[in-house]
Amino acid sequence: MDQVIRAEGLFKEYETDAGPVPVLKGIDLEIGQGEFVAVMGPSGSGKSTFMNILGCLDMPTTGRYVLNGRDVAKLNPDLLAKLRNEVIGFVFQGFNLLPRASLEDNVALPLVYCNVRKSERISRANDMLRKVGLEKFAKSFPNQISGGQQQRVAIARALVNRPKLILADEPTGNLDTRTSNEIMHLFRALNEEGITIVLVTHEPDIAAYAKRLVKFMDGNLIYDGEVSEAHA
Amino acid sequence: MTGQMLVEAWRAMEANRLRTFLTMLGMVIGVGAVVLMLAIGQGAQYSVEQSIASMGSNLFIILSGSSTSGGLRMGSGATPTLTVADAQAISELPEISAVAPAVPGIAQVVYGSNNWSTSVYGTTPAFLAVRNWTIARGVPFTDSDVRSATRVAILGQTVVENLFGNDDPVNKTIRINQSPYLVVGVLGAKGQSLDGRDQDDTILIPVTTAQRKLFGTQFQGSVRFIMAQASSAAAMPLAEKQMTALLRQRHHIQAGRDDDFSIRNLTALANTAAQATQAMSMMLGAIASISLLVGGIGIMNIMLVSVTERTREIGIRMAIGARRRDILMQFLLEAVIISIAGCTIGVFFGVGGAYAVNRFAQLTVVVTGVSILMAFMVAAGVGVFFGFYPARKAARLKPIDALRYQ
Repeated sequence: MDQVIRAEGLFKEYETDAGPVPVLKGIDLEIGQGEFVAVMGPSGSGKSTFMNILGCLDMPTTGRYVLNGRDVAKLNPDLLAKLRNEVIGFVFQGFNLLPRASLEDNVALPLVYCNVRKSERISRANDMLRKVGLEKFAKSFPNQISGGQQQRVAIARALVNRPKLILADEPTGNLDTRTSNEIMHLFRALNEEGITIVLVTHEPDIAAYAKRLVKFMDGNLIYDGEVSEAHA
Repeated sequence: MTGQMLVEAWRAMEANRLRTFLTMLGMVIGVGAVVLMLAIGQGAQYSVEQSIASMGSNLFIILSGSSTSGGLRMGSGATPTLTVADAQAISELPEISAVAPAVPGIAQVVYGSNNWSTSVYGTTPAFLAVRNWTIARGVPFTDSDVRSATRVAILGQTVVENLFGNDDPVNKTIRINQSPYLVVGVLGAKGQSLDGRDQDDTILIPVTTAQRKLFGTQFQGSVRFIMAQASSAAAMPLAEKQMTALLRQRHHIQAGRDDDFSIRNLTALANTAAQATQAMSMMLGAIASISLLVGGIGIMNIMLVSVTERTREIGIRMAIGARRRDILMQFLLEAVIISIAGCTIGVFFGVGGAYAVNRFAQLTVVVTGVSILMAFMVAAGVGVFFGFYPARKAARLKPIDALRYQ
């Protein structure tokens, strides 16, 4: 199995007025192609910081992070942007759609930054909207659809550039149970197509959709293994 | 990519219509003021240049010297030392292309029941060439008229209007100080001189006629001044030296004694006037540019607000693959669009204002393509200059900070 993520001794501290505060205290983790990993832990456990580093949105203070075979420490901001664009699809808790753009344009946005022609952008965006069952709303705007639908659009946007990895930060945090389950079924279907998924959640029900569970506590990794065993 | 950026810039501007409009208004006023002020300044310059051209180019005026009688110094021209023969001699100098002597005076002219007081110049046909004057109707008088001192006259437009109204004056007889003169021609219109005199309020007659018949008692054989035109602007200093030497020789002035004439370079005077209006024109433009600067600062201010407001959006874009230069270009494009759109509207207002000034204030205005092009380039420059700092601020945000921004 190919490695998508390899983290070695990730250490991260934040400068505060009261001195440096460590948030990650040396994390080692490998995630292979096609895995579906749930990340859990209480607030302040370091899981969000860890996700930000995985998404190349933040840098570790020390330690090595290799994404899809590339050591991100050696990349400049533009190359990091390119890596995010080509390898990662992000799904956020707050959906983070652009309010002034149509759903079609929202989904097509990652393609704008890798110079895909307009006609192809639109056709691929519509393919993705069809995949999440929202092709009827291509010309609508985010404020015209429900939260669950917005999250589906966000997933369509994460998928449009055919990423290897989807990073989802509490994707169901703002959704009701029924909608959450629909979204999780969608993730599971995507995982079955071979896309690697790393998902942060608070809820055991949501984590149960994953195949592997990692747990954070006080900046350390305290559990890495089967989802079912954790609940046992 | 660029197309998509234009679409997004438009969306962002449309989302805050009033704000976009007000920001643009700063540019509209700035550019409008620059275009209008340049039009007025260049109009003034144009008027001066026209006056200079109508005076004739590379022009000298040679005046008789002053005289002292009983300790009382008289002004230039008080002693009639210049003659028609002097003018003839000057015209043979190599650097001089045309020479006309002049005997000026004021006379009452009468035609039918109309009468008019005007200035009458006794001169030669060369006067027309020297003063750059055309004949609108009829013909000029000739050298043979000068030789035989015939009573013929060429009338300026103002004189024609006052004596003849709409009638054709050519071949009519007018009376100048009671004597009959045949009108042979009419001068083309020239308008005002630099000092505001009506140059068309004049009559030209042969110099000999003026000396012997009209102002005979005042100027026996002498002329009040001589106008001479140099062959080129570059030849003027040399021409002045040659004329001085020639006249000193003809007037038997010994070395060390003062000239009994004075030579004035009219073109130099005119150039001074032209420089003064040019300075005024530049000053107007400079003052107007300040409003353009203020407009630019307005753009910068709003772009900074916009960057702060859209920090989260910037974060989203960076997360899904926007590079720094993509973000930079997006905000820069917005600033440039606002400034160029404002500029376009401003040009319309500026040109409209210029026509209004022309119509209601009777000022000459000149709107040139160059000034409009300049306004556009400055506006685009202002957009880039004042848009750059906010755009760079946006582009330099860290993705994680931008995403977390609430």
